[in-house]
Amino acid sequence: MSLRSPIGRVRGLGSAKEGVSHWWSQRMSAVALVPLTLWFVASVTSHIGADHAAMTAWIGSPMTAGLFILLIAATFYHAYLGLQVVIEDYIHSESLKIVSLVLIKGACFVLALIGILSVLTLLFEG
Amino acid sequence: MAEFALPANSKPKGGQAHPATGSGSNTKTFKVYRWNPDDEANPSVDTYQVDLDECGPMVLDALIKIKNETDSTLTFRRSCREGVCGSCAMNIDGTNTLACTKYISDVEDEVKVYPLPHMPVVKDLVPDLTHVYAQYTSIEPWLKSASTAPERERLQSPEEREKLDGLWECILCFCCSTSCPSYWWNGDRYLGPAILLQAYRWIADSRDEDTGSRLDNLEDPFRLYRCHTIMNCTRTCPKSLNPAKAIAEIKKLMVERRG
Repeated sequence: MSLRSPIGRVRGLGSAKEGVSHWWSQRMSAVALVPLTLWFVASVTSHIGADHAAMTAWIGSPMTAGLFILLIAATFYHAYLGLQVVIEDYIHSESLKIVSLVLIKGACFVLALIGILSVLTLLFEG
Repeated sequence: MAEFALPANSKPKGGQAHPATGSGSNTKTFKVYRWNPDDEANPSVDTYQVDLDECGPMVLDALIKIKNETDSTLTFRRSCREGVCGSCAMNIDGTNTLACTKYISDVEDEVKVYPLPHMPVVKDLVPDLTHVYAQYTSIEPWLKSASTAPERERLQSPEEREKLDGLWECILCFCCSTSCPSYWWNGDRYLGPAILLQAYRWIADSRDEDTGSRLDNLEDPFRLYRCHTIMNCTRTCPKSLNPAKAIAEIKKLMVERRG
């Protein structure tokens, strides 16, 4: 029970004076993903039936590897920003919220790193 | 976690049936949410038969007829009966709207009448608006100016005045805020579409000189950015306004002022 006034509750801790960067980054990563995803789908489908050597040679070229790294980075960055909003929306326990945010951020970072290192492996050793 | 089901003591149970007064054959069934804070019982949904030949065309006419002739304990807010005061906002046939401008004939089957969703109920169809009014106070909805007050009116060009169209018409009925899932889950911190439209009404006013601090006050992951463009607000607005667009304009200004 709280006897705090309604306006006191609404003003609370004040505005965080942030949020616009998150919002803008989410939009910009979405915009970046449009051409990258179209390129990814088109080029993978054009390699249907290719053997392992042809695929590694393709991904191992600087152009493809560069676009792949951008795609992986944009995908996991966008995924993290989106999942963060979902967690903030639905998880109201402060401790559970922080743990979930750290886990999600960690998972996105690790997955992105694995993807990028795989591309680099093909680029330099493929 | 967000609540996806009603708490046990808020689930509607049973309800009384009331036949129509008079001998009319042209009757319509109204299912009305009832809850009385005094009897410690769960809410119920009462059934009222209303003789349409002896009733005005709007849902509010039927509610007033029920209160006058059938059941005087039915409690609801109403005042202007012409869609300018916002008192009789409620959930009718699954959509938030004003009972006074909603035609009974627009509802095909029985007319389900509930209070505005996800608000504390004072009694029957009367929601507790304390929190939304405090949120309205928090955006300081008055003209703020540092320059000396002029002798006469503060002037505005016709183009500047036009920017307030679609904003000044809001009657603060809160149909939009209470239709917004994001406001349901995070209404303690998210300001909701009604308050954000009102905030934009002062941001867009060329005579106001406090735009920057108004934006500062809104720049917050919860106060503003819980809006996920769900658009329920615009769909439900009984005045056909577009709160989602007002929120989008605020977000655009937030980006614009960064450089």
